[in-house]
This record gives sequence, structure tokens and C-alpha cells, in this order.
Amino acid sequence: MARIKVHVFLKPGVLDVQGKAVEGALQGLGWSGVSDARVGKLIEFDFDGEGDPAAEAKTMCEQLLANTVIESYRIEIA
Amino acid sequence: MSAAVIVFPGSNCDRDCKVAIERSTGEPVQMVWHQETSLPEGLDLIVLPGGFSYGDYLRCGAMAAQSPVMQAVKQAADDGVAVLGICNGFQILCEAGMLPGALLRNAGLKYVCKPISLTVANAQTRFTAGYQGQREVIMTQGNGDGNFFAEPEELARLEGEGQVVFRYVDNPNGSAANIAGIQNARGNVLGMMPHPDRAFEAELGSADGATLFRSIYAAA
Repeated sequence: MARIKVHVFLKPGVLDVQGKAVEGALQGLGWSGVSDARVGKLIEFDFDGEGDPAAEAKTMCEQLLANTVIESYRIEIA
Repeated sequence: MSAAVIVFPGSNCDRDCKVAIERSTGEPVQMVWHQETSLPEGLDLIVLPGGFSYGDYLRCGAMAAQSPVMQAVKQAADDGVAVLGICNGFQILCEAGMLPGALLRNAGLKYVCKPISLTVANAQTRFTAGYQGQREVIMTQGNGDGNFFAEPEELARLEGEGQVVFRYVDNPNGSAANIAGIQNARGNVLGMMPHPDRAFEAELGSADGATLFRSIYAAA
């Protein structure tokens, strides 16, 4: 069985308003060195099905877990 | 004339749409649960209503786009039936790949809920033909993720093909090219963030939404 972690972020160049808000808040708390904050998602699950976990996870990302018009994803398998 | 409103778990404008269309056109509207795998025979219009389908989990409209009924909706659209996605319905159409682009979080991070002025960017569609000389319409907006995004090439194509149907007069959410509504290349699928279903009689502040429903029926 594989443990799959999928990281999903808005693509560079797509306005990440949550990231901007978090960045502004951190700077407001005094961390003036904070820049380029991005807010994304981590989706993790066990996978014990048919097929190669990496290939299946990629298909899952393309079909559901990420909207590739605006998001990019990274898959980790343990 | 025959219309159906698709009901997803978390839809909250489904009954608004039914009442709005029935009062605008005088024709009955059916409700179809999202688990259905087929649609009633002979539909002229399918509406994907506003709301928060599946609690906006993962992304707005992402789960609803995978609902069983969406295969039938896609087939109907391929057969030329008019499909109208309002607000969450617009998000679902984009997530289902039936319209290009995506809806991002509003640029100001706020949920925007207010009457809003729109220009009719293309009055030669089956959805907007009834506006005739009326260049500006008023409908109500209510969303947190209405900021339309598409890659520059896609935007250029939308503009070039006349697929931009409505634009904001005062952009409330950072939407690309002030886009409030777009249609597909074939011209039978419209997605829009403002609610014609909340603007179908003067007592609601505007009856401009009724014209949109009547246009669809007149074209069918």
C-alpha cells in the first residue's frame, strides 16, 4: 500500500489572494522579510488499488484534485 | 417549451430559478436530482443553479462537475440544448470543461453581494437577443469566487469569437477583461456570475433577468 500526498498550488502568475493576505498579515506582525507567500492544499490518502500509484495519482490530479487551468500539483509517494 | 433545473446537494438557488423561469415565461420547470443518469425527454433548457454545491469542497463546483447527471448534461449540450450556469453553475461548467477558464477567489477577498450593472457585450446570442437595443442591464451578484481567469490566448479567442456575453460596468472582483459571463463556441452554453433569477420582476429591483429567460425560450 502506498501513502500518497498531493500538493496543489495556484500556478505562478495566477493571483493568489489568500497568499497575499497571509503575507500582509505576517509583515504586519513584524516579519518584514516575508515575501511571495502562497496558500495551497495538501491532500493525502492511502492507495491500495490497481495500477502504478504514481500514474494513478497523476490521473487523479488531472481529473479532480487540481484544476490545471489555474493550479499546478506535486505528488509525493511514501 | 421544457426546462429543467439540476439540484446538487448545497444548491440554494434551485427553487429561485424554477420560480424565476416559470414567472418569466409561464412555462413549468422540472427539478432533476444530481444522481440521475438521464434527463427528461425533450428539454430546451437546462439550468445549473447557484449555491454552494458540496460545500465548495476542494474547489467551487469541482465535486458537482463529477456528478452522474453531468454526463447527461454534456450530452444534451452536444445535442444543442441550451445550458445556463448561474454563479455556482458557471463554476461547475468551467470545472466540467464545458466552458473555458476558471473562477478564482475575488481579488478583494470579500464576498460580493449587491445589485450590479452589466453591459451586454454580445446581443446576438440566444440568451441575449431579447435585450435588443438595451445595452446595460442590472442583476444581483452574490459570490466569493467570481474572479474569471483564462490564459491570455484563451481570452483573446473568447473576445475574437464574440463569446464574452456580459461584462461588469464596475468590476467587483478582479475578473479578467471585466467578464461576467461567457458562452461556448457553439453558442448554446452560457455561464454567468450575476443572477438573472434574482432579477425577474420590478419588485426585486430589476426585471432584466426575465428578458434573458424569455430570449432562450424565444430562440428554442
